[in-house]
Amino acid sequence: MANSDNNRRKFFATTLQSVGLTALGGLLWSGYTDEVKASPLVLRPPGALPEDDFLKACIKCGLCAEACVNRDSNKNKDGSNREGTLQMAKGGDHRMIGTPFFIPTEVPCYMCDDVPCVPVCPSGALDMPSLLNEKEELDINKARMGLAVVHKESCIAFWGIQCDACYRACPLMDEAISLEYHQNKRTGKHAFLLPIVHSDVCTGCGLCEQACVTEEPAIFILPVEQATGKAGDHYVKGWDKKDQLRAGNRKLDEIETKNERSEKEASDYLNTEVEY
Amino acid sequence: MSNIKYLLLRRITQITLLVLYFGANAYGWHMLEGTFGASKLFGFIPLADPYTTLQVLATGFVLGADVLLGALIIILFYMVVGGRAFCSWVCPINMVTDLANWLRRKLNLDKEEVNYRFLKRRARYWLMVLGLIVSAVVGVAAFEVLSPITIMQRGIVFGFGAGISVIIAIFLFDLFGVKNGWCGHLCPLGASYSLIGKVSLIRVKHDHEACTNCMECKIVCPENQVLHMINKESISVTDGECTNCGRCIDVCGDDALKFSIRSFGNNKD
Repeated sequence: MANSDNNRRKFFATTLQSVGLTALGGLLWSGYTDEVKASPLVLRPPGALPEDDFLKACIKCGLCAEACVNRDSNKNKDGSNREGTLQMAKGGDHRMIGTPFFIPTEVPCYMCDDVPCVPVCPSGALDMPSLLNEKEELDINKARMGLAVVHKESCIAFWGIQCDACYRACPLMDEAISLEYHQNKRTGKHAFLLPIVHSDVCTGCGLCEQACVTEEPAIFILPVEQATGKAGDHYVKGWDKKDQLRAGNRKLDEIETKNERSEKEASDYLNTEVEY
Repeated sequence: MSNIKYLLLRRITQITLLVLYFGANAYGWHMLEGTFGASKLFGFIPLADPYTTLQVLATGFVLGADVLLGALIIILFYMVVGGRAFCSWVCPINMVTDLANWLRRKLNLDKEEVNYRFLKRRARYWLMVLGLIVSAVVGVAAFEVLSPITIMQRGIVFGFGAGISVIIAIFLFDLFGVKNGWCGHLCPLGASYSLIGKVSLIRVKHDHEACTNCMECKIVCPENQVLHMINKESISVTDGECTNCGRCIDVCGDDALKFSIRSFGNNKD
């Protein structure tokens, strides 16, 4: 009787110990994993799901990177392979380990017509349907790997110096980057040729960033989420018929906005100053 | 030669697989592409690791059919050749921990064995379940973030970077820390293959009549609790933790151990 009591006590104690140590491990493991997945400024292959879903789905097999480096169009003159665009993150890269990414200044995405990296993805982290055009063909122009952003203070074209390196490097010349002409009032006789990026066309391939002549590129690719803002649904372009349709769908008398200020009279809050 | 037959065969298998994976990236071979997480055999047969697949599913992502089919193929394969045959015949970390284990014996570190009471061999099963829970909570395949197995394999195929420190850590842990610490106590991937091994077909069988009780097999076995029948009963090793590495067969001087097809009806024949 005493023996079986002892056994039971021992069983409960060791089970409790196992549960406790597992909980400890779980906390450490979750914390570590959550930290290492936090690297928002990373450029993914074409067709990649939004970063959160991508990190869930990527099985870290490397098939995309292998397809990229071994693509037929990626040969030196002697037939050997050039460096691939896609790298697999390893320890020290400060990106989620084992996931594919690219750095435009090292090797940008050359936007292959047959998009070899996407169909090989077994898990669906690279979403093939998102790259299909109306004819159900793979279309690299639909990729949104990132968005080119121009820092006009360091872009020498904005200084008035003639440079169109990014414009000419762009695979979608005059569509993703166009040149806008402005008069240079400082000299009175020259023109500014300003590179303007169009976010509805730019794929984020990074050829412009690689081509940029300044010491640190004045045009660079950021992940779409970090490079774009959002005006919100309540702004409607009254001069744009298509945009006006958005407003037309709403029933105005059903819209009611309630927030903290709704309780007050307009004169109560418009006349108070914000204190700094 | 006969006492390292299976050891040699295992090393040849492990290195051949790594060479094929390396060639897929470096030379564009289509024999075996990808990594252990998911691969393609001969350019079209999908393969996927079952535990990795489970982790991705645990994050809530609905996986592509290729991965699910690949995991099924791998499960069926190891149900034939022995679940943890992956660990001893395929996994590159096995070469690291075997080296640590061999050095332990040479340096007499086994004699000074500290009894790590808190680290039990069943810890790996807790970690296996925990890995799925963490995957679900954080939204990323949790073991894949720190798995030395794929870190080492990707290191060989794509370059190591700082990942080499993980491999060194495992080596030091097994050499100076716990005997068979990683593979025998902690690795959740090995635990998942142990579950497959519980029902797999090819198993080591013991012949109690031929055994002279020299215990060489128990000294060399990385999971020697599975050899509980030595010089007691003529039965197969049925524990899932057995890796089918064949070291016990190699070192046995009495032909008392051999690979055989497991008989499910009656273990004694």
